Amino acid sequence: MTECMEKTSEKVLTKGNYAIANAAVKAGCECYFGYPITPQSEIGEFMSGKMQELKRAYVSAESELAAINMVLGACSTGAKAMTSSSSCAVALMQEALSYAAADELPVVLVSVMRGGPGLGNIYPSQGDYNQSTIGGGDGDYKLIVLAPSTVQECADLTYKAFYLAHKYKNPTILLADGLLGQMMEPVEFKKYPYPEVDNSDWALTGAKGRRARVIRSYAPKAENQCEFLKRLHAKYDLIAQNETDWEEINTEDADIILVSFGSPARNAKSAMRKAREMGIKVGVLRPITLFPFPSKRISELANTAKKFISVEVNMGQMIRDVKLAVNGRAQVELLNRPVGTPPSVEEIVEKLKKESGIV
Amino acid sequence: MAELTQVFKVPESIKKGSKFSFCPGCDHGVAVRLVAEVLDELGIRDNSILVASIGCSVTLYDFLEVDSLEAPHGRALAEATGIKRARPDKVVFTYQGDGDFASIGMAESLHCALRGENVTAICINNTTYGMTGGQLGPTTLLGQVTTTSPTGRNIDYYGYPVKIAEHIALCDGTAYSARVSLDSVPNIKKAKAAIKKAFENQLNGVGFSFVEILSTCPTNWKKTPQQAHARVREEMMPVYKLGVYKDITENN
Repeated sequence: MTECMEKTSEKVLTKGNYAIANAAVKAGCECYFGYPITPQSEIGEFMSGKMQELKRAYVSAESELAAINMVLGACSTGAKAMTSSSSCAVALMQEALSYAAADELPVVLVSVMRGGPGLGNIYPSQGDYNQSTIGGGDGDYKLIVLAPSTVQECADLTYKAFYLAHKYKNPTILLADGLLGQMMEPVEFKKYPYPEVDNSDWALTGAKGRRARVIRSYAPKAENQCEFLKRLHAKYDLIAQNETDWEEINTEDADIILVSFGSPARNAKSAMRKAREMGIKVGVLRPITLFPFPSKRISELANTAKKFISVEVNMGQMIRDVKLAVNGRAQVELLNRPVGTPPSVEEIVEKLKKESGIV
Repeated sequence: MAELTQVFKVPESIKKGSKFSFCPGCDHGVAVRLVAEVLDELGIRDNSILVASIGCSVTLYDFLEVDSLEAPHGRALAEATGIKRARPDKVVFTYQGDGDFASIGMAESLHCALRGENVTAICINNTTYGMTGGQLGPTTLLGQVTTTSPTGRNIDYYGYPVKIAEHIALCDGTAYSARVSLDSVPNIKKAKAAIKKAFENQLNGVGFSFVEILSTCPTNWKKTPQQAHARVREEMMPVYKLGVYKDITENN
C-alpha cells in the first residue's frame, strides 16, 4: 500500500495557466497585477492566493491599463513583476509596452491568445502573432516574444521570460494560446535555472548617496532621439544574436519544411512523422522565440528545401516573416485555421501528400 | 560687523543649477518649490520616488533631485501603486495636472484612493490643458473660453467641470483630501502645510493623501500673473472652494 503512495516522479498534472503562474512564483516574481479575462483567468486566481500567502504584492487592478502600468512602476524599482491577459485586453496594454520598451523596463506579460478581432471569442487562436512581434504601441520598439508549445514549456519559458526581461531590460511576452492555457499535461517545476541579474546601476531606490535617476522616454531634441533609437536597436541586434531559439527536426534532407509555433506545432510534428513513413521528405522548424525570429536559419534552409508551409491558427501572420527569410528562393504556403483547434494531423498529412504527388 | 544669516535659499531637493522652464507667472514653480521644501524638512528626499505625469508637469524630474519615473498620460497613480507595492519602505508621490489626474487618469486616481494606497498625490488644477495650448479640460469652468470651447464652456456640448478634492474625499481609502491655492502668501503657507500633511500621512501609513492646488496658467488664460491670481480668487474659488474635505487624522 505504501509502495503505491510513493512518489515516482517530480511531475504534476496541471493546466498551462497554472503552470505559468506557479513558474512565475518559483522564478521569484515579487508583484502580480491583473484584470480577469478568459482564457487566462486561472493565472490571476492562482496568484491572488499564492502571492498573499507568500506576503508578496498582488493587486486586482481596475483595468488592464492600470495593471500593466502597475507592472511598469514595480519594474522601475528593479522588482520582478508581471501581468497576464489575453488578446483584446492586451490591445489595451500597447501604450504601456511602448513606454516600457523606451524606458527599458523588465516587464513580463503573459498573453494567452483567444479569437479576435474585437471581442471575438474564447477559442484558441494565434491571431496576436502580429500584436506581439510587431506591436500596437508607437515608435520603433521590439519586445522579446517566447512561444511555448507544451505545458512543460509554459513553465520553462516563464522562467526564461523573467530572466531575459531583466538581462536585457526589455519587456518580454510569453505568448501562449487558449489551448495551452486550458490543457493539462505533466509538468516538472525545476529550480529557477538562471542567475539573478544585478540591477543596482539603474533601479529606482531613492537617491541616497548618489545623483537622482530618471527613467523617462521624453527626449525633446531630435538628435537625442536618433542616438537613443540607435542604441535601443543595437540592443535588439544583440538579443537576436544571443537569444534566437527554435526547434528543428528532420530538416537536413527535407524538401518541405513545416514552420509552426505554439500548440499547432504539435500536430505539425505528428504529421511529419506520418508523412516520413510514406517516404515524404518533410521537416519541422518550430520558432521558440518569435522575436528574435529564426530568420537566419530559415534563410539557410531555403538553400535546400523546395517549399515552406506555415501552419498557423490565424489568417496567416507568421508567414510574412517566413517569406522575408526565404526571400523568394523557395515556395512559401499557408496551411491555416482562422480560429479554434489547429489544423489536424490528417489535414496536414493530406496537404503533404498532395504537395509530394502522392494522392 | 554683524554676522549674516541666510534665511532663504534654494531647497536641497531642487537639482543644483536647474532652471524652471515654466512660463512667467505660472504657479507650477511655486508648487514645485513647496514640494522640495517639504521633502527637505521631512528629510525624505533620498528615500523618495516621484512619478511624473504628462503635461507641463512632465519636466518635474528635471528640477527635483529625486529618483523619478515618467508615467504615460493618466497612469501616474497606477505606476505609483506598482512602486509602493514593490517597495513599501519608499516614499512614493505623484505630481499631475488636472487633465492627467481627473480626465484621462480618473479611473486610476479614484481606484488608487479606493484601495487606500499609501501614497501622496498632488494635482495642479489650472482649468485647462496648458502644454498643448489651452484646450478645455475636466476642470474648465462653465462659461470659460478655451481653444476648444471658443464661445465658452456650455453644458449642452461639454457637461460639467469636476470637483476633484470632493470626489477623492468620498473614497473610503482616502486619508486626506484638501484643496489649496497659491494666490497669496497666507494661502501659499496653507498649501505647504497641506502638502506636508500629505507626506506625513504616508510616513505614518494612514492611506491615500491628496492635495489639489488651484493654479494659474497666465499664458493660456492670456492674463498677467496678477490678473491670473485675481481670476483664481474671483472665478475659481467660488466653484472650487478651498478647504480640507477629509482628514482621518483630525481627531488623533
